[in-house]
Amino acid sequence: MSQANGSVATSPAALDTQPMLDIRGLNVYYGESHILRNVDMSVQRGQMVCLIGRNGVGKTTMMKTIIGLLSPRSGSIVLEGKEITRLSPDRRAKAGIGYVPQGKDIIPRLTIRENLLLGLEALPPGSAKSQTIPDDIFELFPVLKTMLNRLGGDLSGGQQQQLAIARAMMGRPRLLVLDEPTEGIQPSIVLEIEAAVKSIIRETGISVLLVEQHLHFVRQADWYYAMQKGGIVASGPTKDLSKDVIQEFLAV
Amino acid sequence: MTAILESFFGGLSIASVLLLAALGLAIVFGLMGVINMAHGELMMLGAYTTFVVQNVLKGTPLESVYILFALVTAFIMASLLGIILERGVVRYLYGRPLETLLATWGVSLILQQLIRSISWQLATGIVLFSLLFFGTLWFFSRRGDFERFRGWFLGVMLPISAAITWFVSDLLGKTHKMPFTRPWFGTQGVDVTAPSWLRGGVPIVPGYQLPLTRLFIILLTAACLLGVYWFLNKTVWGLRIRAVTQNRNMSACLGIPTQKVDALTFAIGSGLAGVAGCAVSLLSSVSSNLGQQYLVDTFMVVVVGGVGKLIGSIAAATGIGLLNYVIAANALGPLLSFSPALTAISEFFASGPMAKVFVFALIVLFLQIRPAGLFPQKGRTVDA
Repeated sequence: MSQANGSVATSPAALDTQPMLDIRGLNVYYGESHILRNVDMSVQRGQMVCLIGRNGVGKTTMMKTIIGLLSPRSGSIVLEGKEITRLSPDRRAKAGIGYVPQGKDIIPRLTIRENLLLGLEALPPGSAKSQTIPDDIFELFPVLKTMLNRLGGDLSGGQQQQLAIARAMMGRPRLLVLDEPTEGIQPSIVLEIEAAVKSIIRETGISVLLVEQHLHFVRQADWYYAMQKGGIVASGPTKDLSKDVIQEFLAV
Repeated sequence: MTAILESFFGGLSIASVLLLAALGLAIVFGLMGVINMAHGELMMLGAYTTFVVQNVLKGTPLESVYILFALVTAFIMASLLGIILERGVVRYLYGRPLETLLATWGVSLILQQLIRSISWQLATGIVLFSLLFFGTLWFFSRRGDFERFRGWFLGVMLPISAAITWFVSDLLGKTHKMPFTRPWFGTQGVDVTAPSWLRGGVPIVPGYQLPLTRLFIILLTAACLLGVYWFLNKTVWGLRIRAVTQNRNMSACLGIPTQKVDALTFAIGSGLAGVAGCAVSLLSSVSSNLGQQYLVDTFMVVVVGGVGKLIGSIAAATGIGLLNYVIAANALGPLLSFSPALTAISEFFASGPMAKVFVFALIVLFLQIRPAGLFPQKGRTVDA
């Protein structure tokens, strides 16, 4: 544990070229079934990367492994040059990963304010925790400001999704991991979420790793990886996404 | 009017004891979902701690306020034992209620026997063994390659530590004889006497006095309730506890150290059991089966109240306490005088044990109608 904790010394110049997230040879099993097979993947700084693929190919497993809810049998996950493969989820959140799971996972019997404040937990220990919600969070999703004292479980699906993203942003992550943020959400809010994610990238310059089925949203990304049967089968800049690839990997 | 006031205060004092005893359980069982059969023994530890503190402070200027020191010490001792229990046993069994139940029941039996037989000899032995075994375990586990020779380590260090411990305590026992080997408390009950300012009573109505110890427990319960409410709702750690109990995985993904939260929650629940033990030591003699007397009642309060809600425990404790007192004291007797049959029934149940039987039957009926208790969780159920 102590070895994994000590970050590798890097020069400032190396920091810029070092990828935000670098995954090498990842193999994940559920019991005896092999879910992820030798996955290699990386997210560059300030880049938005989209992972596409049909249902059940292992996209969510991939996200869960990145945040640490699942542990890989082999392979490595490196965040900004720091090995995090064996860290617990809370340590990874503190290392700079903001995670928005599929299904949002809002804490139902906490108020919106309390849900947002939980986002502060990811801030490194010792940094001043003011227990207030900064304005830029409300600028992303103004709707949240009007219902701070309502219970998280009372929100609609779209509002919960907005809350989940806002909560992740409270911890000032350097990599935002979004697992199907628009799944089962009404179209008008899909556009709002899309706009908010773009504005996050524009304003903060953080990296985003996205799992998405909406073609419009996928096209906003800089780079795509396509998954099939637990492995990466294609990748490239999203502007090169051809009709064939889309038909093959998006469940539209 | 007099009868009503009398039953109100009588019932309230039973309710406050119930609630104080159940408060810790409401946190450990209600919030964490851990069935801790050793909860009663944590109360027992609190009661014995009170006895020890009383004797230590006897003859000092602090003698008259020993109970305040005893409350704090009981809280600390019980929460330390709670942390050991959580780190040593319970955390390996999260999400497996049956194993937890059996394991903590075993712990409860061990603790009962321990308090009966503990002597200087036994205490020295336990400390020595822990130092030898866990000390070396801690020393070697810091090495990165510990997993490889773990089995080897256990096979060698366990017998060595046990042998050294046995040899040393046997030697000490032979040289120091009786004072060293005599049990501290023994199988007989020990008595805690209330400080002088807690003896006597307040006249509530003519012919009925509320004993000061009961009043003290009512106030103590109120203070503990307020404290727990404040802690859970107004502090950062309270927020973390509420988040982890509702969604453990997501809380971890947000950066909450869930293991620390588990240990803290368990420690607070256990500490409250210690406080409850300190309080009930004022009511009756303290013996090793003190915990057993309260365990069923406390579980009843939490289950009837609805798991996971403090307000439910308060309502359930008040309801059960009042009902118990009213039935046992036959307070409704005069109202039922119109019917000889009802009078006969109410007189039949008008004793402590029979009132308990009646209340228990009512609870069984109640749970048939509302299995989730008075205040069931709304919406999504708590994740395991």
